[in-house]
Amino acid sequence: MKSLTTPLSKRDIEELAVGEQVYLTGTIYTARDQAHKKLAEAIEKNRKIPIDLNGKVIYYCGPTPARPGKATGAAGPTTSGRMDKFTPALLKKGVFAMIGKGKRSGEVIKAIKKHSAVYFLSYAGCGALLSTYIEKSEPVAFTELGPEAIYKMEVRNLPLFVGIDSRGNDIFEKRAPIKGRKRRVS
Amino acid sequence: MKTIPAAKIKEIVSELCIRANTILREDILSGLKTAYFKETDKRARDILKAVIDNASIAKKEKIPICQDTGLPVVFIEIGQDVRIKGNLKQAINKGVEEGYRKGYLRSSVIGDPLARGRSGYSPAVIHTEIVSGHKLKITVLPKGFGCENKTQLKMFNPTEKIEGIKEFIKNAVNYAGPDACPAYIVGVGIGGTADYAVFLAKKALLKKVTRYSRKTQATSTSKLERDLLKSINKLNIGPMGLGGKTTCLGVNIETYPTHIAGLPVAVNISCHALRSASAIL
Repeated sequence: MKSLTTPLSKRDIEELAVGEQVYLTGTIYTARDQAHKKLAEAIEKNRKIPIDLNGKVIYYCGPTPARPGKATGAAGPTTSGRMDKFTPALLKKGVFAMIGKGKRSGEVIKAIKKHSAVYFLSYAGCGALLSTYIEKSEPVAFTELGPEAIYKMEVRNLPLFVGIDSRGNDIFEKRAPIKGRKRRVS
Repeated sequence: MKTIPAAKIKEIVSELCIRANTILREDILSGLKTAYFKETDKRARDILKAVIDNASIAKKEKIPICQDTGLPVVFIEIGQDVRIKGNLKQAINKGVEEGYRKGYLRSSVIGDPLARGRSGYSPAVIHTEIVSGHKLKITVLPKGFGCENKTQLKMFNPTEKIEGIKEFIKNAVNYAGPDACPAYIVGVGIGGTADYAVFLAKKALLKKVTRYSRKTQATSTSKLERDLLKSINKLNIGPMGLGGKTTCLGVNIETYPTHIAGLPVAVNISCHALRSASAIL
């Protein structure tokens, strides 16, 4: 089992292999549909964007409000596929890693390979559990979007799986139906 | 004639929103635990354990099971001998707003589907049904949209073979694949009209997810449910889509009479965090 700390280096990323479990400590930034749309539009029009994406880890997440005295509310991953059409532009701007759930498009996989980036999966539908790994969370951009704002989060040992590694290997690629009486799938 | 004040309904809806979002349904939790013991894939077991731990943290800390606290879908069964004093629709929406605010739930509802804009807590989607008697039953189903986005409807020919219908349902689940937080609970609506079949598919999610034993009475629907569960669990989607035999915790089917010319079939999938809570007044 591997532990990683932000800022990640290209070497950190290139050493990751698909399927591997990783514990991430450091700073990550949330962004989901509307934040992606806004970032991609700004990039396209060469306008200034509110955060420097270079070397960053993006978490597809829209947390619930924190109860008083808590760092965050529930904060699990949302479906990554909805971000696919914006992802290549963000990778081009220097994003190193993304955290989400579910499959990515062929174009995203190609862009991940091209930019030597990584796509992580975190426990899907486990927002309460994942909140326990988040020590700090504050909205830093697009705050008018409420839960869709960009939150800067400090995480400690956030459990992740490598979903797509920097060589473009995809964890979902090999799925085949369970046949006959075979019980165990490796 | 029994009179129920709208204010009482508001209060109950508020409580149900919080309860549904923080305390996982007993049948789902027990289904997850059974799946955990039966699962043989190591990683699938690890994920199922995280899902079970997640439910207990949510309950203990009063934190939502999932950050997607859903679009609140409210089912109201009104006994025909009940009189509601006040505005029912307003009471439901005020109850939703209060519950979501008090429970620190997420504002995920946007006022205009095209213009989008800033999200709020309401309105809920409300289904009302008039039934006999003098009771009022309220059910809140906060429906997450990761899985709602995978809904499918097909208008079959009335002469379609059962195999074709099974294939459609199985393919709908396969299409959802790893994206909508498996292990799934699959709601299926068969019959009625197009809109009614989709409603039935959603309503089917409210039925208790049961484990089939040899003692289970084999109606044609329960046999279909069992066959589908078996074949869906061979898809090898597994928890988080990373493989394993736990793709589906249960298939629930609701049927309704339909037209001689048609056979509507709808599939409404739920993620493993199938949340709902009910109260009877």
